[in-house]
Amino acid sequence: MTIKKFVVGCFDDEDILFPAVKKVRKAGYKIHDVYTPFPVHGLDKELGMRDTSLHTVGFIYALTGLTTALGFISWILTKDWVQNYGGKPHFSLAAWIPIMFELTVLFSGVGMTLTFCYLCQLAPFVKKHHFHPRATDDQFVMVIECTPNTNVQEAEGFLAAAGAKEVNVQMAETGWWLGRYDMDKKLFDHTAETVTA
Amino acid sequence: MIKQQFETPAKYKKWTYGLLAVGLVAFLAGFFFLGLSKDEHDQTRFWAGLLQNSLYFLMICNACMFFICINILGHSSWQTTFRRVPEAIAAVVPVFAVVSMLVFIAIVVGDQHHIYHWLDKDAVASDKILSWKKGFLNPTFFFVWTVVTLAVWILVGRKLRQLSLRADEGEITGEEARQYIWNNTVWAAIFIVFFALTTGSTIPWLWLMSIDAHWYSTMYSWYTFMSSFVGGLALIALFVIFLKNQGYLEHTTTEQLHDIGKYIFAFSIFWAYLWFSQFMLIWYANIPEETIYFKPRLQGVYKGIFWFNFIVNFIAPILILMTRGSKRNYAVMTFMAMTLVLGHWLDFYQMVMPGAMGDHFSLGWYELGMLAFFIGILMFFTGRALTKAPLVPKYHPYFKESLIHHT
Repeated sequence: MTIKKFVVGCFDDEDILFPAVKKVRKAGYKIHDVYTPFPVHGLDKELGMRDTSLHTVGFIYALTGLTTALGFISWILTKDWVQNYGGKPHFSLAAWIPIMFELTVLFSGVGMTLTFCYLCQLAPFVKKHHFHPRATDDQFVMVIECTPNTNVQEAEGFLAAAGAKEVNVQMAETGWWLGRYDMDKKLFDHTAETVTA
Repeated sequence: MIKQQFETPAKYKKWTYGLLAVGLVAFLAGFFFLGLSKDEHDQTRFWAGLLQNSLYFLMICNACMFFICINILGHSSWQTTFRRVPEAIAAVVPVFAVVSMLVFIAIVVGDQHHIYHWLDKDAVASDKILSWKKGFLNPTFFFVWTVVTLAVWILVGRKLRQLSLRADEGEITGEEARQYIWNNTVWAAIFIVFFALTTGSTIPWLWLMSIDAHWYSTMYSWYTFMSSFVGGLALIALFVIFLKNQGYLEHTTTEQLHDIGKYIFAFSIFWAYLWFSQFMLIWYANIPEETIYFKPRLQGVYKGIFWFNFIVNFIAPILILMTRGSKRNYAVMTFMAMTLVLGHWLDFYQMVMPGAMGDHFSLGWYELGMLAFFIGILMFFTGRALTKAPLVPKYHPYFKESLIHHT
């Protein structure tokens, strides 16, 4: 993946964060992401993010589970290992519905969880850059990605003016990479240039 | 200018009186041609039609009070902007309670044993199963428990309505607000516990399952309850959309409609879950005294209605209401809510008729006329209840939270 330059601003209040997001977007800065300690209602809309497609994927997984169950069980009980259960027809849909239901739920549940982890770039032994440790505690961390046209000083000043309590510039890896958080040296290599405003 | 006070539009009145007139004609014609007929099939058709409609509409109206109560107990605020709508629908419970009571008296005292087979004393005496059930299925217990049930529904429902009206009078703050929420919680809890004892268990056994007196199913009450709950939710959606279109309920937004849609979607699936749970165990065990219930429905003349019922009340909502967009779309929600109100009416039809009418069922002028009559009654009294109080409980402690609700 690529290493990019980011301007990072920490806010301590949602009520300051929302107008700040609006101002920063209006000024033409590219917001990489906003990290919050808890889900903030309406922030996705404010950031101009599109609705997630996770539910569509979930529906596809569900259909896959349903057809898998129906196909597999009907193949077993009508072709491969035909048995007589109390004189019921071999193709007994009513008896299979619980299994079809369970596999539908299982496929969509597991599939959506894994897809969600992939989209959020979360996995065991995989590491992502943390812009600010307090984003998991009490700070709302807004990250602006620097393009070749971005004036870094100006962006820092803009964030501070918009109400950021702490502003700094970081070089960071955008993607994820394999490695344990506490043992990987890469983390320290790329965050050398940290300036506190 | 915020429109807070509902005034019945002329078109609404026209429809109400039109339906009432059509229904009244159908009722009178039914009474003279069917009720007073010498033919027992005609008599049964008359009373079974009344029984089905009065019970269905009584139970969906009462389900609206249940909706309010679960929201009170869950401390949910999102429904505060439109809670006067389910309250107004629930205000029709006393009317339908009286109607149902009259129908019960006519059926039990008039000895309509084609509907309630356990009324036939000779049959009970010579029938082992029915004589075992005599302690439960007898006129005295039937009336005592019905009266107690209806009285508690009406009284506790009225108490909750009065508590809600308190939110029109003036600011409720601080300790008083806490006390207010607590009072609501206590009364809602009383209602729900009693609701579980009645709609959740004994009442459908007594009113509906006893039509097939020999047969029993432990799923039956839940199934009936869910059927009426989905019907009630669909009614709430219809009235909310109607009021929105008339320019009322300006605080109720697409977000609230989305949540009503989620309720309808979820409980349609739960209805199907219970439908299937009841069906599969009986199908699997294949014991004659249990499968007798499904024989006319699955293989007899009710086959079409039985499957149509399943498609309308499960396949349609799950496919149509699945996406976010359709739950936020007024036209789709109106269509789906109407379909479900009628669909669960059909569900009650197929619960009552096979036991009462056997193979000689009919779904003609009388049944549809009765449907029109009861919808007319519902519209008349709900419209009246809506005019009685402001549409927005603006001093309710949760009102502010409801305004900023979004999903």
